Amino acid sequence: MAEAQGVLVLGDSAENELSSVSRELLAAGRRLADDLGEELAIGLLGDTLDQPSQQAISHGADKVYAVNHPALAEYQVDLYLAAMESLAKDVSPRVILIGRTNEGRELAPRLAFRLRVGLAQDCLEVSVDSASGTLFANRPVYGGNAVAVVSCNYTPQVAAIRPKVYEPMEPDDSRQGQVVSFPVELDSAQARSKVVDVVAEESEGIKLEEARIVVSGGRGLGGPEPFQDLEQLAKALGGAVGASRAAVDSGWVPSSYQVGLTGKTITPEVYITVAISGASQHMAGCSGAKVIVAINKDAEANIFKEARYGVVGDWQEIVPAFTEAVRELVQD
Amino acid sequence: MPVNIAVLAKQVVDPEMPMAAFRIDADAKAVVPPPNIPPVVNGFDENAVEAALQIKDSQEAAITVISTGTSFALDVMKKPLSMGADELVLLQDDAFQNSIDSFFTAQLLAAAIRKLGGFDLIICGRQASDWDNAQVPLGVAEILGLSCVSLGKKVEVTDGHVTVERVTPDGYEVIEAPLPALVTVSNELGQPRYPTLRGIMAATRKRPTIWSSEDLEIDTAQLQPRVTLQDLFVPVRDQQCEIIEGEDDADAGRQLALKLREAKLI
Ligand SMILES: Cc1cc2nc3c(=O)[nH]c(=O)nc-3n(C[C@H](O)[C@H](O)[C@H](O)COP(=O)(O)OP(=O)(O)OC[C@H]3O[C@@H](n4cnc5c(N)ncnc54)[C@H](O)[C@@H]3O)c2cc1C
Ligand SMILES: Nc1ncnc2c1ncn2[C@@H]1O[C@H](COP(=O)(O)O)[C@@H](O)[C@H]1O
Repeated sequence: MAEAQGVLVLGDSAENELSSVSRELLAAGRRLADDLGEELAIGLLGDTLDQPSQQAISHGADKVYAVNHPALAEYQVDLYLAAMESLAKDVSPRVILIGRTNEGRELAPRLAFRLRVGLAQDCLEVSVDSASGTLFANRPVYGGNAVAVVSCNYTPQVAAIRPKVYEPMEPDDSRQGQVVSFPVELDSAQARSKVVDVVAEESEGIKLEEARIVVSGGRGLGGPEPFQDLEQLAKALGGAVGASRAAVDSGWVPSSYQVGLTGKTITPEVYITVAISGASQHMAGCSGAKVIVAINKDAEANIFKEARYGVVGDWQEIVPAFTEAVRELVQD
Repeated sequence: MPVNIAVLAKQVVDPEMPMAAFRIDADAKAVVPPPNIPPVVNGFDENAVEAALQIKDSQEAAITVISTGTSFALDVMKKPLSMGADELVLLQDDAFQNSIDSFFTAQLLAAAIRKLGGFDLIICGRQASDWDNAQVPLGVAEILGLSCVSLGKKVEVTDGHVTVERVTPDGYEVIEAPLPALVTVSNELGQPRYPTLRGIMAATRKRPTIWSSEDLEIDTAQLQPRVTLQDLFVPVRDQQCEIIEGEDDADAGRQLALKLREAKLI
């Protein structure tokens, strides 16, 4: 077998659009490929891949492996894994990048184990040593209290990249690339688990992940009702509402509100925390916010070490007056 | 036939320890266990025990808890027994270092599961709160060739199948898989039950099975680590916070709005 070469991104698309995570992975992969002086390829799985393939090229890919199969139209973990395994073995890349999305959380470890190689999980930054081709990854550990630098000892070196850390490249429609179709043989009997129902509990209005301003509430709110005050504030700001795990675990809001290590990663312009202490596991989901604003009655709370602006006091007094003032300001 | 369930549980440093107590030994590239703060069973693994107990609440089931490490705080690791689990198997050996390499840990656990004759259902936490790897269970499933569902918030067993409510970013999906299967669970499963007095008494009397690498017939030298920890450091945070004051709390709230407006943030 030829020596492993190049960088392979495992991407995805939805509604005929290359996903934003795939664009981020291409930006990360482009740098690695340039440092190695090797090719950047992307594998796309699905049943309508023409437009996403072109988008991948304008976002930095030299080559697209279009893994077209009707069984891949909907995500099913066993079938996706089988397709990815066969692509990875055939392409034999030096590095594989996957997004640490909801799907990537199960695909990346299973793929790495199937290939009997290592996985750098939940990476904030990846780089290569161009001489040895070794991949180095920075990744938060211990709930974000520490950062580990890890390297992978076997090829392909697999890294799962945390979403919203890498900025996609400006699309350039004049970029040239090659689209090749990669046939896979899949049998629906390979699908061992099956989805029997999908239940959405998303809040109304602007999506948490997409909002420019997010207001999050924590345990210090004391119950579910105060979240209505936060909804009012978010509405005045044109933003969305999130929560700490303590608020979710208390049953005050659904888990889709949770921001943090095991919740959503968000990168709003302004992130306003109300009665949240700022535990590292919470900050893991919002440290990419441009400006953090903290409202907390405890001047010693960790959140004030992370915030740009803070108010020390009781949210019950602060939030209504703040909301009222925001309404007035936004009106003029 | 009772449902034969294994729960994989890890002993970790308390993730809720005060941040000031968090220290690393840069030379050893390791976290220094904080003195006076006892270790805990990884939180998601307590959720896994709870998931197993919920199954046992409604049908005949046997629950074996398996853990690997170099040493254990026995009173800590007996907590699942006092919650209602039946057996505790500790894989203990100086070679079973708590490293960032999931490959090794997954191989050990898979070897123990084989030696125990396999299980209908293996329940794990979604991730261990030390290295936050979220890999070991998926690795065990791959090594043993089991069907696998991750991020469960409800786990039910009915005639040869496991049905899992899997947490998604905007709700959940219901997934069915045939047994034998491996499932990981998340905190959305709900607060684990407290040990009962009877449970605690029973747990005190129970003796764990302890196996070394020879018992597992594993040559640890053969299991080369897949990843290497090159460096470990505490990130510096140098954010300066401007505290907005007012005549009273309500006024400070108004001043905050003015400030954010001035900074063109709203
Ligand atoms: C493995 C693991 C993963 C985790 N993942 C996540 C995650 O994804 N997201 C997450 O958020 N957490 C996560 N956690 C939990 C995390 O460690 C914290 O326990 C949690 O974030 C605390 O939530 P909180 O700040 O709302 O509550 P607390 O820490 O209890 O803070 C409440 C705050 O409210 C303030 N307060 C109280 N009353 C008032 C008042 N009247 N006015 C103003 N302020 C007031 C208090 O001063 C305090 O600072 C995780 C933990 C572990 C171990
Ligand atoms: N040393 C261990 N002993 C027993 N179970 C473990 C161990 N390490 C990991 N696990 C299991 O695998 C899950 C995920 O761990 P990790 O992949 O290390 O984040 C944990 O929640 C446990 O259920």
